[in-house]
Amino acid sequence: MNLKLNQLDQIFVIVNHWLLGYLPPAVRPLCSSILSIALIIVTFALLFAITTVLERKGLGRIQNRFGPNRVGPCGFLQPIADGIKSLTKEDIVPNPADHAVHFLAPVLLVAAAFMAYAVLPIGRNMILVDLNAGVLYFFAIGSLMELAVFMAGWSSRSKYSLLGAMRAIAQMISYEVPLVLASIVVIMQAGSLSTVSIVNMQATYTGIWPHWFVFTPWGFAGFALFMIAATAESNRSPFDLPEGESEIIAGYYTEYSGFKFALFFLGEYIGMFATSAMAITLFLGGWSAPFSFLTWIPSYFWFFAKLLTIILTFIWVRGTLPRLRMDQLMNLAWEFMLPMTLLNLLTAGVWHFMSAGVLRWLICGAMVVVPCILLSRGLKQRKKFQVRKYHFSE
Amino acid sequence: MNSLQNYLLLSSLLFSIGLAGALIRRNAILVLIGIELMLNAANLNLIAFWRFGPNPAALTGIMFAIFSISIAAAEAAVGLGIILAAYRHSKTTDLDRMNSLRG
Amino acid sequence: MNVPFIILAIITVVGTAAAMGMRNAVHCVLALTVGLAGVAALYLQLGAQFVGFTQIMVYVGAVAILAVFAIMMTHSPEPAKPPTFSSFWTVGSVVAAAVFAVLAWAIHSSSLATHTLPPQPEVTVQQIGDALMHRFVLPLELMGLLLTAALIGAVVIAMNHREETK
Repeated sequence: MNLKLNQLDQIFVIVNHWLLGYLPPAVRPLCSSILSIALIIVTFALLFAITTVLERKGLGRIQNRFGPNRVGPCGFLQPIADGIKSLTKEDIVPNPADHAVHFLAPVLLVAAAFMAYAVLPIGRNMILVDLNAGVLYFFAIGSLMELAVFMAGWSSRSKYSLLGAMRAIAQMISYEVPLVLASIVVIMQAGSLSTVSIVNMQATYTGIWPHWFVFTPWGFAGFALFMIAATAESNRSPFDLPEGESEIIAGYYTEYSGFKFALFFLGEYIGMFATSAMAITLFLGGWSAPFSFLTWIPSYFWFFAKLLTIILTFIWVRGTLPRLRMDQLMNLAWEFMLPMTLLNLLTAGVWHFMSAGVLRWLICGAMVVVPCILLSRGLKQRKKFQVRKYHFSE
Repeated sequence: MNSLQNYLLLSSLLFSIGLAGALIRRNAILVLIGIELMLNAANLNLIAFWRFGPNPAALTGIMFAIFSISIAAAEAAVGLGIILAAYRHSKTTDLDRMNSLRG
Repeated sequence: MNVPFIILAIITVVGTAAAMGMRNAVHCVLALTVGLAGVAALYLQLGAQFVGFTQIMVYVGAVAILAVFAIMMTHSPEPAKPPTFSSFWTVGSVVAAAVFAVLAWAIHSSSLATHTLPPQPEVTVQQIGDALMHRFVLPLELMGLLLTAALIGAVVIAMNHREETK
């Protein structure tokens, strides 16, 4: 029974080895990579399709209406209809646009988004490349997406596009700092930049409780900060000012139509999945089960369960919170999240050097909660009613 | 022609391309980019010598390259700030026209 | 002289030559991005993983974006296109060619011909962190100071000093 479960867990690895057995040894590494890459692309593109329909139906129910319910049972074949629509639409490129850059922008976005999956462990022994500096690779590839956004906005030669691109890049750069700092806490505690060793460290249990980093004060704060920064990095509501339809038409992809628009959509969602998967790897224990008596369920099942939970939370937050204004967004990044991440680093250091016990929890919990309350109170803009100043023209 | 010489030739080619750009281009920002390219060529040199050198375990080449990258980033930021300020004053980034000290 | 090195070298040289030769400034920066990504790939080929990824993160992710922002902010709206190269471009190219010739001759005639390839050094990020904290802690702190000063200086220089109107 145990052997069967282990085989079920490692089924993809076993199938991979069996398929490669038919090939000469010289091309085996290359074909192994190609097989894994194809599987990753197919899986996450399928997840993208499911997420689009889940999002539309979820948002619809939150807004007291049905989502799409015509195509297929309860509307679940909607992505196919969307795909056919976007493939058959006319591809309009504005005349003054820079054609080469206009074409390459969505390509770069999708390429960078998919490249980030190389260091994410989807199951036990199921990672594409076990890089020694895996987390650094992930953030380096994430910074390629900003360049793609700029290329899209600038090459369209349109005011809305340029403005949207400027805002989007400013937002992405501002939120990259808390994102990286929130993950540094985990790296500090795990002592390694390799995603495989970070997950292996969290896959152990005391009793039935796992050693996930989210179950510590600094890990919980880090997870919250990472998720807020990830929402902002993917330009999702409530941080979707660069692409808000009521504000700026469509921001940096105003001038895109047809398949290129679908590629932007795809790239954004794939980037969102990648950042969520990194959050799962860093904080939620990767592919490990939540309780020690549940480890018989395969590891990739837990990974995708956690990923789906985070995606549903994203959809929930999108339907619930109003959009942030640009200055509120920037204030949040620089004045709230940056000090909180730095204090989180301090808390993690204190946690590491204190001995285990209730005192450690109390002190570290206070070190995380008190600055949060103080900062949010201090940054709240109080409405002051003043005598009105009149500016007359000279 | 072994590997180290290849890398050194490549880095000297990059250096001279960057130097040519810094000397030839009119736009001040592109001159700055040429300078960044020269710094990159020097970094490539450092890493190549670290790899093929006598003592790679001392990590000196890597450290030097890391510090060089950070300094280059800082210098790019300050340089672009200066260019912005100069543009605001003289309304142009054309270096051939910024040839008098009197504003 | 193996194939990956040749491919990466061609990508890098073409990217950087395009960066220095193209007419449109934003195209130049994008070509530079390709060239710098090629250099990062060369670092990865040499086995310096950390430096390669740092190169992508810093140069492609930050310096290139800074450069395009600067180009956009200093872009005068639709002027007559100025000539791409400055008026004394001949001297510049001759100087650059001479520098390359001297360097190439120096490399070629040096006694760097070691016929044995040293084994690939195994560098972990832990070793780099260790070195940064023990042997190179003073440069690290100085770098922090330098970056802070550069950050504040760049903001102050580029800030819009609004004059107080009456």
